[in-house]
Amino acid sequence: MKKDLAVTVNGRKYEARVEPRLLLSDFLRDTLGLTGTHIGCEHGVCGACTILVNGDSVRSCLMLAVRADGAEIVTVEGLGSRDQLNALQNEFREKHGLQCGFCTPGMLITGMDLLKKYPLASDEEIRERLSGNLCRCTGYQNIVAAIRAAAALRDGSAP
Amino acid sequence: MKPAAFDYVAPESLEAAVEALVSAEGEGKVMAGGQSLMPLLNFRMTRPSVIVDLMRIPGLSSIQLKGDTLAVGALTRHADLEFSDLIKTKLPVMAAAMPHVAHLAIRNRGTIGGSLSHADPAAELPMLAVFYGATIKARGPNGRREVLAEEFFVSALANCLEPEEIVFEIDFPVLKGHIGWAFDEVARRFGDFALASIALSFALSDGRIADARVAAMGVADTPLRLRRVEDAINGSRDGAEGASRFAELVRASVSPSNDVHASAAYRKHLIGALAEKAFRSAWSRAVGEKS
Repeated sequence: MKKDLAVTVNGRKYEARVEPRLLLSDFLRDTLGLTGTHIGCEHGVCGACTILVNGDSVRSCLMLAVRADGAEIVTVEGLGSRDQLNALQNEFREKHGLQCGFCTPGMLITGMDLLKKYPLASDEEIRERLSGNLCRCTGYQNIVAAIRAAAALRDGSAP
Repeated sequence: MKPAAFDYVAPESLEAAVEALVSAEGEGKVMAGGQSLMPLLNFRMTRPSVIVDLMRIPGLSSIQLKGDTLAVGALTRHADLEFSDLIKTKLPVMAAAMPHVAHLAIRNRGTIGGSLSHADPAAELPMLAVFYGATIKARGPNGRREVLAEEFFVSALANCLEPEEIVFEIDFPVLKGHIGWAFDEVARRFGDFALASIALSFALSDGRIADARVAAMGVADTPLRLRRVEDAINGSRDGAEGASRFAELVRASVSPSNDVHASAAYRKHLIGALAEKAFRSAWSRAVGEKS
């Protein structure tokens, strides 16, 4: 019993007919071909598949695609372009906030939501807020530095 | 992994959702935010034939002050509770606990009704419901039912509801005059399930503790309200000096068991250490606010 689904992803409208059991992560990657969203653990622990749904960060492996009907979604492909990175992506590049890059899409999307909702006033706070995203290269130092720099930029206190 | 196949319905009223469960004849499963259910589906640890999605039901996501009670709709998300000014001012212990509930992306989807129904013994919201003496309201084929939180949680991952009953509202009594309070927990990683957790709140009357409220979690297969500890500290005027006695009382009133995450002895040590710290913090808040 397939269900109809209409969703906006990175500003573009898509319509599809999907099985109810299809995960939103698989819908984005396999149905729409948006492979920037990565799948790590597939049970909500690693954070690699985090996307924005109606502006809030969400684990796409913990959401059925059918439940995104009518939603506005942003994936890592929607943050910036190759020529024009957004402010947070730029800080990740400046601070070398990635090693293998597998966790990076989830780190960026989570970072976008954290910057919107929290002061991120100390490295301790950044680390606590970011604890739902795992980097198996353990490259946290530079990821934290990149988010710290983006928070300073947001607050107009950049050096 | 991926979920096994299921049918999916998204009814637009609570009554229709109950009907959908009844006609699923025990094979249906309610989905609210899905943040506990989706991992179980992905691992195929549960294989319902029908998922009954509650998210299209209007009116179940709100936080409203009704007299001395805060009525919280079952589909209210953890993030809604975390950022609510009403929660901050009326249920400060809950406000302090919310950042510990998983991670932001989970709090953006997970709901209070879902968390209570899932009844994880290491989750914060079931403990808060017991702590506040919340009333959990459910609707089933035979109409509405109200259950006190302490009776709602039966054992780990089990509540007292029938399979066709759905939680639609949780009423939290405001603890009036409680100027001393604290919440604290220990988890392996910030946001993970707690190894042990304590909540404490009290009023002061002539410098003595009054109307004390104490709950603990991670030390039994359900959250616990520690009434004997409450009775023992009511009337105390020891101030911060009472912290170590409080810790001993809490330790003596729990008997955790060994599991893969921690030994019973360690959990007992933890809950005492947390209790001592929480008591000091609650007391300094109480006298700080009073002066």
